[in-house]
Amino acid sequence: MTMNTVGRPTRPEAAGDEPLNDYVHPTLTGARGLLQDEALIFELGGWDKSGVDLPEAEAGVADDLGDLFRTAPIGLPGLSEPETVRHYVRLSQKNHAIDLALYPLGSCTMKHNPRLNEKMARLPGFSDIHPLQPQSSVQGALKLMDRLAHWLKTLTGMPAVALSPKAGAHGELCGLLAIRGAHEANGQGHRKTVLTPTSAHGTNPATAAFCGYTVEEIAQTPDGRVDLADLAKKLGPHVAAIMVTNPNTCGLFERDVIEIARLTHEAGAYFYGDGANFNAIVGRVRPGDLGVDAMHINLHKTFSTPHGGGGPGAGPVVLSEALAPFAPLPWITHGEDGFELIEHREDGAQTAFGRMCAFHGQMGMYVRAYAYMLSHGADGLRQVAEDAVLNANYLKTVLSAEMSPAFPDGPCMHEALFDDAWLEGTGVTTLDFAKAMIDEGFHPMTMYFPLVVHGAMLIEPTETESKAELDRFAHALLALAKAAKAGDVERFKGAPYHAPLRRLDETLAARKPRLRWTAPEAPKMAAE
Amino acid sequence: MRYLPLTPEDRADMLRTIGATSIDDLFIDVPEAARRTGFVDLPLAQGELEVDRELSALAAMNRSAVASPFFCGAGAYRHHVPASVDHLIQRSEFLTSYTPYQPEIAQGTLQVLFEFQTQVAALTGMEVANASMYDGSTAAAEGVMMAARVTRRNKAVLSPGLHPHYAETIQTLAHAVGMDIERMPLAVDAEADVISHIGPDVACVVVQTPNVFGTATDVTKIADAAHAAGALLIVVVTEVVSLGLLKSPGEMGADIVAAEGQSIGNGLNFGGPYVGLFATREKYLRQAPGRLCGETVDADGRRGFVLTLSTREQHIRRDKATSNICTNSGLCALAFTIHMSLLGEAGLRRLAALNHQMARKLAAAMDAIPGFEVLTPRFFNEIAVRTPVPAADLVQTLADNNLLVGVPVSRLDPMAGMGDVLLMATTEVTRDVDIQILPRIIKRVLDQ
Repeated sequence: MTMNTVGRPTRPEAAGDEPLNDYVHPTLTGARGLLQDEALIFELGGWDKSGVDLPEAEAGVADDLGDLFRTAPIGLPGLSEPETVRHYVRLSQKNHAIDLALYPLGSCTMKHNPRLNEKMARLPGFSDIHPLQPQSSVQGALKLMDRLAHWLKTLTGMPAVALSPKAGAHGELCGLLAIRGAHEANGQGHRKTVLTPTSAHGTNPATAAFCGYTVEEIAQTPDGRVDLADLAKKLGPHVAAIMVTNPNTCGLFERDVIEIARLTHEAGAYFYGDGANFNAIVGRVRPGDLGVDAMHINLHKTFSTPHGGGGPGAGPVVLSEALAPFAPLPWITHGEDGFELIEHREDGAQTAFGRMCAFHGQMGMYVRAYAYMLSHGADGLRQVAEDAVLNANYLKTVLSAEMSPAFPDGPCMHEALFDDAWLEGTGVTTLDFAKAMIDEGFHPMTMYFPLVVHGAMLIEPTETESKAELDRFAHALLALAKAAKAGDVERFKGAPYHAPLRRLDETLAARKPRLRWTAPEAPKMAAE
Repeated sequence: MRYLPLTPEDRADMLRTIGATSIDDLFIDVPEAARRTGFVDLPLAQGELEVDRELSALAAMNRSAVASPFFCGAGAYRHHVPASVDHLIQRSEFLTSYTPYQPEIAQGTLQVLFEFQTQVAALTGMEVANASMYDGSTAAAEGVMMAARVTRRNKAVLSPGLHPHYAETIQTLAHAVGMDIERMPLAVDAEADVISHIGPDVACVVVQTPNVFGTATDVTKIADAAHAAGALLIVVVTEVVSLGLLKSPGEMGADIVAAEGQSIGNGLNFGGPYVGLFATREKYLRQAPGRLCGETVDADGRRGFVLTLSTREQHIRRDKATSNICTNSGLCALAFTIHMSLLGEAGLRRLAALNHQMARKLAAAMDAIPGFEVLTPRFFNEIAVRTPVPAADLVQTLADNNLLVGVPVSRLDPMAGMGDVLLMATTEVTRDVDIQILPRIIKRVLDQ
């Protein structure tokens, strides 16, 4: 038996030899050490309680509202500030976070979020300006948007960018609408099919269907790439666009991407690039050189704006010369009086594709992303791609000692994909393995995606992990893998044992949805 | 580079382990024609101090709201956000976590979402709410799509007081899916006119209250008319603080509420990120867009929360999904939830009353200026004012005099023929002195 740095026994080499005895009896309060059992705000708060001191308005101030006045109780409990702070701090401690440990969610790019960017976004000159102030009073904001656009265009080798889409899927919608606009303008409005590879993100077919397109899948080759022959077969005068992620969701670069673009353009269709994985190639490859016509860039992936438990993101879309005229409002020009935000078409025409959202997009994310770009520079961004790819390949190599890579031949890009062939016969599934990782202090990798690989485990370490952290992670995974193969099934089937909660009943949640708190019914008085 | 932990020795070591001779070996799949040697034509890396300086200089070129008397609204409102809100949302565990797909180690985010959904449902007077949308405008557009799915009809009527940006956002999405949109011309107080436009082909009417001119309307009759025709009523709210004072959309018969939640917990941020609130009736739940958080139990029977009903969503349902939305506004929703928990019902009602009180003072002050006329008949915290000169000119001149007086309607819709209408909003942040000096400054610049 060996000890870790705080003197706890670790026994990777003995995995499977000893029975599992880590799951101890429950405590008397439900709390466990630092982990508090925390009720809902609705069970804690008071109807008359408030953590905000406000003066009372003058009597009769709402008399003018008549019947519009809200008389019925609303149902919003309040708490004092110390109680509120404690409540949310306690909740926060039930979350895994990139600041805590490696967070290897493939396709999600959980990299370090520099705190300088948070500070910059909170400068009153950015955070406390109104979107509809006179433009002369927000020249710095417009300049920042213009600079961000310049960086995005330069890094992708594309001539135009629409900044306003609010997330990746919103960017996809923007890109496909530009494509549709271009087709309609060219008398090609009859093109109603979008091709996506079987390995595509779910947002690709969802977006295409949203735009009224029929989605057809392109087959994949045994080495995890777009099947060119199948693509050529499916392209035709009915195809509006193809949507291809590159590097793809198997973590592989589409070797034939230039040929894919050529075939697509030859068939009169446009090439939509899903830029979710741009972080693997930033500074080394420009999508414009690959023949891409439109591509969204997730600022919350490649350019490190925080994921925040599910958002907000930002999904600017770079556009080719052919698609640039079909960009949505607003956009920025540089005139004699400085920067100008164009919010309406010059002729005043209400074109169908006017605006993706109210105002001008995710300014708070632009500031963070731009700070990230300035910090890294052209040299640092290239290093980002190189280290991201190096880290992924390192894990792929090391983990292959026990696990089976889905595509063993050749290097991967920024993420390493494994299948579950190596778990065959162990009785342990990908899900079980993921849950056991939680007990070892790591967030699981992306599971069961892409759909084309059985029991997929997609591991993306990102460039902000040190070699020491990668080794710590690999050590834990290899130990777990050995345990699975040694028949220590209980370690996996019951996992997690050490998380704030054990495995949750998702079937129950879906069968009887309880989506809001409701006051418990008063207990019936026993008949006396 | 301060954000990159690998040392040159690490890199060499790791390449050796992989069996590669150089980093270029790992990029071997990139076609030769697309491989770039050297750096792109952009500046090189900078230290934290240099970046701070550059961005601070850009920030200093903007006139922040704190520096001027401030009356801008029209869909984005400047409220006081308690300091603890911003502190809490910056905790690593909230800020740097992903969508809670592994519920055992994401109970913090999930419980917050459950609280958020409950608060939004209560505030809007609806039965269920989702875990947020990008913003109010995209929530409204998703609402229209949902109404089409529910009713299997293909047309939406947009009321005369709907924020033009919202109308345009709805038109964009409607065009994408091939829906018909009837957009009624802008008017200060003509919500009831939509009733005569509800035909048998109409999936929904979209009515904003308070509307973009600040007019608050009881939409009960519109709801009745819509329901009688088999259509849904979508109520849009761009200033959710109003719901601390005004009857909720749910009480007035709304089927879907699409609201901008920015006012609670979130700053102006030049228009984003904001947080879209989306609430509806339970019977329409399975047609709703976006993530939903639900209650369940763990293997030991303890209460916990998970993302649920995801068979509606793109990562499961792909081209049959109810929406393509994935990333939403999680952190802004957290800010909303914390601020709302601090306010509580008592605080929210008081806050709303203060907002309204300030607007009444503003309306009285503006009405008293010769040549100006308040157009909004019933308002919460925002009014439309007729100006004797083009409103855009007045706004610009006053901005040059360090006063941000509001938003000209022409900024939102230059073709509406409302060049002499100015939108002005107040909140608890507005000071009595701001309103007192306003007439004097306006008269002075008009005399010049």
